[in-house]
Amino acid sequence: MEKLIVAKTGNEAMAEAMRQINPDVVAAYPITPATEIVQIFAQFVADGRVHTEFVAVESEHSAMSACIGASAAGSRAMTATSSQGLALMWEMLYIASALRLPIVMCVVNRSLSAPINIHCDHSDTMGARDSGWIQLYSENPQEGYDNVIQAVSMAEKALLPVLVTVDGFIISHAMERLEMVSDSEVKKFIGEYQPQYPLLDVEKPVTLGALDFTDYFFEHKRAQIEAMNQAEEAVNGVSREFSQKFGRRYELFESYRMDDAEVAMIAIGSTAGTAKIAIDELRSQKIKAGLIKIRMFRPFPYKEIIKALSKVKKVAVFDRADALNSSGGPVFMEIKSALYKQSPHPEVVNFVYGLGGRDIKVKDISGTLKDLHLDKVKSEVNYLGVRE
Amino acid sequence: MKDKKEPTWRELPLRGLILEAGNADKYETGGWRSMRPVHIAEKCIHCLQCWIYCPDSSIIVKDGKVVGVDYKHCKGCGICEKVCPVKGKAIKMEREAK
Amino acid sequence: MASLKELAKKEDKFSGGHRACAGCSVPFLVRQILLAAEEPVVVTSATGCLEVFSTIFPYTAWKVPFFHSAFENSAATSSGIEAAYRSLKKQGKIKGEIRFIAFGGDGGTYDIGLQSLSGALERGHRFLYVCYNNQAYMNTGIQRSGATPRGASTTTAPAGKVIPGKVQFSKDLTEIVAAHGIPFVAQTAAGYWNDLVTKVQKALAKDGPSFINVFAPCRLGWGYDPSMTVDIGKMSAETCYWPLYEVDEGKYKINYTPREKKPVEELFKMQVRFKHLFKPENKHIIEQTQSYIDTKWNKLLKKCEG
Repeated sequence: MEKLIVAKTGNEAMAEAMRQINPDVVAAYPITPATEIVQIFAQFVADGRVHTEFVAVESEHSAMSACIGASAAGSRAMTATSSQGLALMWEMLYIASALRLPIVMCVVNRSLSAPINIHCDHSDTMGARDSGWIQLYSENPQEGYDNVIQAVSMAEKALLPVLVTVDGFIISHAMERLEMVSDSEVKKFIGEYQPQYPLLDVEKPVTLGALDFTDYFFEHKRAQIEAMNQAEEAVNGVSREFSQKFGRRYELFESYRMDDAEVAMIAIGSTAGTAKIAIDELRSQKIKAGLIKIRMFRPFPYKEIIKALSKVKKVAVFDRADALNSSGGPVFMEIKSALYKQSPHPEVVNFVYGLGGRDIKVKDISGTLKDLHLDKVKSEVNYLGVRE
Repeated sequence: MKDKKEPTWRELPLRGLILEAGNADKYETGGWRSMRPVHIAEKCIHCLQCWIYCPDSSIIVKDGKVVGVDYKHCKGCGICEKVCPVKGKAIKMEREAK
Repeated sequence: MASLKELAKKEDKFSGGHRACAGCSVPFLVRQILLAAEEPVVVTSATGCLEVFSTIFPYTAWKVPFFHSAFENSAATSSGIEAAYRSLKKQGKIKGEIRFIAFGGDGGTYDIGLQSLSGALERGHRFLYVCYNNQAYMNTGIQRSGATPRGASTTTAPAGKVIPGKVQFSKDLTEIVAAHGIPFVAQTAAGYWNDLVTKVQKALAKDGPSFINVFAPCRLGWGYDPSMTVDIGKMSAETCYWPLYEVDEGKYKINYTPREKKPVEELFKMQVRFKHLFKPENKHIIEQTQSYIDTKWNKLLKKCEG
């Protein structure tokens, strides 16, 4: 296997993955901090390095609409966005999923306004968690790159759209070591797209997007629900294949030092990288800490999480978004929900942190987990790093 | 509950698609009428104005000639009678019989 | 230049059995447009009367590929399909010509859809956008749109005791589109099948975007006997209220000049939505409208000379 090692930022890595995927259509609109993906890709198009038709749409709503059109037509369509851009596409996200279109989108996580802020938190993709997209969160540029490639196959197997994230600025603009797969290997991995009922098949005209009254809507929705219920299989299958072929292991989540952990941290994205160092520090102090880094947030891996937390005494769920439900963040809700039937279940507390790109350091994590270990955490929901 | 067995979610095509082109033909809108057009073949000059302006594709044309009305779909709007250029009309609206 | 006999030999690509109101102009406009097309077409439509009455699951009146995604994005959706076609054709995966027609009502075109239309026109996709203009958001119950004429009564700008219907004149979308400098822009009306068919054929032959704004009478929203649809369509041109014209590669041409220009009252008195304008206290609105029509018609004549 050809090993190509380069230095790339998160955005560059995802753009490279897109180049190798060579989608038929990319319809995208710039937004900080995802803009570079679109710009780098536009240069690939201008240099003839991809056969992609690049549609420089006039808004993100049109970006998703055009991707939906292109995908329904029977082609591979991709886009990239963040924050307000993702929010502007909101109605179209639901439509893309319900129409079972295997669109792949890079989302560079950035906070949702207001106030307007260009830095990282997960409120954008968390806000879209009910839209029916498979969601894969990346810790670093390597994962961003690998996830985008895998996403194409997952989308086409599950017939659901997939979004792949990297943390805005923290990862998107930070250069790290990247192990790339060769162009031909990517091409082989994703194979040729075999669309079902493409609109461009004029010999077999179909009607897509019909109106349902009360007599059919529920059945159509039930079918979509089932697709998401079964999507884990596609994610697992493709991840396994990728792991076997290219040697980098991907599962629904990563367990770090969880075998005998008594205090578990749950985190998503780049913070997991920082957390691993904190975990090691605590371990050196004889505190049995461990980390679960969630990769696939949608569908949520309930069964596997329950198993992973079965021997843990205390769980600290770190959320880089607040769900504004008066009780903490979205990951916290999922974990509590997963543990509902578990008896006995661990003590679960929430730490909402890092909103609007507020930095989180090793000592913030190790200090917090140590407090939890020592029964010093008094509230169920805590806001870490904000000036109270 | 309807008598006709309606498809379960598993029986429906992918992504809400309708796979049979033009199957609205099977849905009868003729019951909407209170007036019906009657074609008077002897007067008809087969100008096809009624055919081109019928919203419900209910003027039946064969080999360039108007041969009748599709009463399964005709909603009785009366556009055909209006656009007919023949003096005294070659297609006339009448009360829909009970 | 097609004849009805020639068109009648072709297969109608829009079936009966749809749920349009009796006497609605939109279904026969769609039939005429699809009969005009000489190559296979893929159709998109914005949310609105057309997609609702023609695709109520499990029935579809369409015999061509048809896609409705949302309200404001018929042009953006069509852009994506057209881009996919270009991409796949470039890669040799598709042979043969396919044309793209995006439909939108005045709601999905003048107002909520204006942005995506403008973007698609500027990007130069090869597609035809047809606005079936019934001058209000009809499908949701006759609410005013940017295309609703001054004085018309709609449910969100009704004729009341203090305000006599819509206060503003309508947007001139045809001119807005013409300002984009696309290869072909036109206005036509229900009742002029030959004009519509000719324009559709001209439009589809252009290697770029094209736009046709079709005056589409709505018996329910405008208030008239369903049989009068074609008559009202024709009266719009006879009064020069809705001039039939085209802008072909920037050159203006009027396609129909009435022998005797009728006063706008003739058009308004046919429709209940204008009934209140005939009260003495509202007559000035008709006069203002007449003057507005005359000014626009003269402007159009000048554009044709230039």
